[in-house]
Amino acid sequence: MDPAAAPCVRIVYLARLREALARPHEDWPLDAGSTSVAALAAALAARGGAWSHELAAGRAVRVAVNHVMATPATVVRAGDEVAFFPPVTGG
Amino acid sequence: MPVRVQDAAFDIGAEIDALRAGDPRIGAIATFVGTVRDANDGASVATMTLEHYPGMTERALADIVAEAKGRFDIVDALVIHRVGRLVPGDAIVLVAVTGAHRGDAFAACEFVMDYLKTRAPFWKKEATPDGERWVDARASDDAAAERWRDDGADRRQAR
Repeated sequence: MDPAAAPCVRIVYLARLREALARPHEDWPLDAGSTSVAALAAALAARGGAWSHELAAGRAVRVAVNHVMATPATVVRAGDEVAFFPPVTGG
Repeated sequence: MPVRVQDAAFDIGAEIDALRAGDPRIGAIATFVGTVRDANDGASVATMTLEHYPGMTERALADIVAEAKGRFDIVDALVIHRVGRLVPGDAIVLVAVTGAHRGDAFAACEFVMDYLKTRAPFWKKEATPDGERWVDARASDDAAAERWRDDGADRRQAR
């Protein structure tokens, strides 16, 4: 990550979430340098509308941090890639 | 441990030949092929479009194959998963496992599929007469994966 750039995380949305939130990805400022998956999801849900609906507590949403499945407590740091997606349906 | 994600169809015969080539330890090859059905949840399905999360998908599949190799007495395993637009009858996924004996080959093949269903980041969207819809995850898939939570060593075949 460019040290001169403002600290942020890359957020990726997949499948139903990408469509419902109308974007494949975005950069989220992380001035504090780190947060948790749960806190990040809550901050996104606080945008209201589709965000609060899709990321509401109890919705079946999975999260991966840097391509590894995460839990609500997983730490997110500037430069990480955090993906939000529905339960998987491959195979 | 070859793992591939691709748009193109695969040739199961050629894939098995390549997986077993020149390895005289192999006495068993177990395979699973998943295909697109023409109906799901009470609606006819015209097409199925598969999307995945590039980067994570390959890693998740490689992790599943590595776990299978740790749990079962097998020689090698291959996973090919297609993405993009498929029609009923098309193959979606191939899992092929080679081993000395059939017991662990069968078990490892089923294990890889059960874990792939719940851990590999793929999503299916179906086109039905009422429009497109995302396929919901099934509780039965979680239950199938859960079966393997016990220590894998318990499931090894006695020889």
